[in-house]
Amino acid sequence: MVFLIQQTLTYAIPLMIVALAGVFAERSGIINLALEGIMIFGAFVGVLFVKYMQEGSLFTPQSGQWLLLITMVVCGFFGALFSLLLSFSAVSLKADQTIGGTALNLLAPALVLFLINVLAKQNVLRIPQSSATWFMIKKSTLGIPKDQDIGFFGELFLNKVYLSTYVCIILFVVLSILLYKTRFGLRLRSCGENPQAADSLGINVAKTRYAGTTISGALAGIGGFIYALGASGCSSTGEVAGFGFLALAVMIFGNWTPGNIAFSAILFGLFKCIAASYATIDLNGDGVAWLAQIGVSSHVYRLFPYLITLIVLAFTSKKSRAPKAEGIPYDKGAR
Amino acid sequence: MAKRNSVSPLLQKNTRPTFFKREGTRTVIASLVSIAIGMALGSIIIILVAAFNDSITMKSAWEGVRLVFFGIFSTGRNALGGLTFGFNAVNIGDMLFRATPLILTGLSVAVAFKTGLFNIGAPGQFLMGTAATLYVALSIPSAKVPAALIWLLAFLAGAVAGALWGSIPGLLKSLLNINEVIACIMTNWIAANLVTWFFDAHNELKNAAESGKIGYVCKTSSNGVVTSKLFLDKIFPGSQVNGGILIAILIAVIVFIFMSKTTFGFELKTVGSNRYAAKYAGINDKRDIVISMAIAGALAGCAASLYYLSGNTEFYWSTYQTLPAVGFNGIPVALLAANNPLAVIFSGVFMSMLNISGLQIKNLTTYNEYLTDIIIAIIVYLSAFSLLIRMLISGQFKLFHKKPKLPPQPEEPPALDDAASGKEASA
Repeated sequence: MVFLIQQTLTYAIPLMIVALAGVFAERSGIINLALEGIMIFGAFVGVLFVKYMQEGSLFTPQSGQWLLLITMVVCGFFGALFSLLLSFSAVSLKADQTIGGTALNLLAPALVLFLINVLAKQNVLRIPQSSATWFMIKKSTLGIPKDQDIGFFGELFLNKVYLSTYVCIILFVVLSILLYKTRFGLRLRSCGENPQAADSLGINVAKTRYAGTTISGALAGIGGFIYALGASGCSSTGEVAGFGFLALAVMIFGNWTPGNIAFSAILFGLFKCIAASYATIDLNGDGVAWLAQIGVSSHVYRLFPYLITLIVLAFTSKKSRAPKAEGIPYDKGAR
Repeated sequence: MAKRNSVSPLLQKNTRPTFFKREGTRTVIASLVSIAIGMALGSIIIILVAAFNDSITMKSAWEGVRLVFFGIFSTGRNALGGLTFGFNAVNIGDMLFRATPLILTGLSVAVAFKTGLFNIGAPGQFLMGTAATLYVALSIPSAKVPAALIWLLAFLAGAVAGALWGSIPGLLKSLLNINEVIACIMTNWIAANLVTWFFDAHNELKNAAESGKIGYVCKTSSNGVVTSKLFLDKIFPGSQVNGGILIAILIAVIVFIFMSKTTFGFELKTVGSNRYAAKYAGINDKRDIVISMAIAGALAGCAASLYYLSGNTEFYWSTYQTLPAVGFNGIPVALLAANNPLAVIFSGVFMSMLNISGLQIKNLTTYNEYLTDIIIAIIVYLSAFSLLIRMLISGQFKLFHKKPKLPPQPEEPPALDDAASGKEASA
């Protein structure tokens, strides 16, 4: 059970944070289809940064948690930088946002694979030392003897977890408050609903949209690194298995509101977790992997998250409330 | 957008616009500018990498730059180790071979674009077409049925499978108003899983004869089903080219005639320009969206058919984690061609030329083939604001004006605004 929940969180946390990235862009009026590309880029930057830091021996496994935090900041910065390409074309040049996003989705894997091949002479970039010893919080990290019983919640929250999970949850809460309880958040949302009205009240639509997309890029960059950390052992291969697109679906499913997004991210994380490790999940601890025994093909589990997305969208599309002005370049003169 | 009657009243009738003012000319120039910038930036990346990487000399960087532009004419290295260039029949034949599926996926994306839909689902349609084609081509015994008939059936099966798969996002869009981009992405991954599942369950289709090929499906040539070479192998000896390229060109011409000369094609374009105006004019917009996506799917399915019926291509069936790049590359092909079916032929050939250049770069220098993918991505990025480039060319828009006077409304609405259909992104 502990394993199931932790594994679910491995997938749910990047989905949640990247879906929130989508919210910030779309609430400001920009469709950020480039989430996938920014994630790929963020994952690459993070892995590369960790690689150089480990090689430069500035950090030791004992100070690994600090390195993790710094890497997240670096990924956020480069993710934001990369997303400027999108906001430049979408806000300043008023170009088509879907195509701009698609271009970034094509650019990120190409650039990343090009650089990985130049740097590592193969299609995957790995860090020289194990990410588990450096970044994973275990009992020993906290000074607890290995065989001491720390209870269900202790096992769940303190053993074999990443600090990034908690950082992301805090970030998620803080940014949700920012979006709903501050002046900046209100202005950002107004630019996604009715930019003309916002402009008439003296809000700089272009700047606000830049801000929204930049926050979005930073979050997606962090999300990409966390995906690489949790799901692929801190390596970069120029893809994130469609997580960016899945996060878009989570965002739509969550109806562009943080609370629902957190819920749907956990749901999708659970599906992903089942697909990845259904053969070893032991729900009641009797040593029987129940899901593997009922004889459903593994393909069904793998297909499930995508199928369920379509079905859910089919049922909720009538009720969904997208920001009204998303995807439309702001034109001062338009009525 | 080829032939919308959008010439301003001043230019109508007797005054035919001068060469540089013509819509078509501007579109072509905009595309060429995008290509030039893309290649230039690619070259800059090559040089930058060499500058920051001690193991790469400037000499090999210069070789890389030359291959970016002239890779198609590369004939390897001479005895002194210098690059040689000239007519390379294998390269050009392979270019035409690889252009075949690209032209068709490009058409697929273009037709959907014209109806205001962004068909990012071409990879999924391609995969479904692949499965159907291979199943038909391999399971009908060629001892009993003539190979040509099997070929035709397999080709049609691919088209039908693609059409059915493409119509799913179309139906979701028209009936439930689900954004087609999200629906297409989901159907892509569902297709990848379904196809893997299908071949996982059909062991008789897998290549068990050759060792190390267990992950692959048999070539269609193992059943004697192969696209005719149509004497193209005489012109380009040693290359993979076959009659498929001619079929692709033929299909492009048919799509062009269909889109620009028939009532139904006009209907589709009307829906693409303004769905609500089309509805007002009595056009069944919901039906047209489904049909457009079905046509797009059929074209992507045809791409898969022609690619795998060539007989010398193998399909790696455990594809649930990857989507075929040729499907996504239909997007740049269509954008570069400004969605004109005839121009798609040229942009498809151009994209596959970049592919060949990429292989030459990989084989002859320390760089790798992903460089050309970067160039393609840059071209797509630029085509997002090709309208701006077009305005720059015609002098309607100046870069260095702090506050430009509002330019007269461009003669053509932003070509792809409808495609994004921002309002409906809600899904």
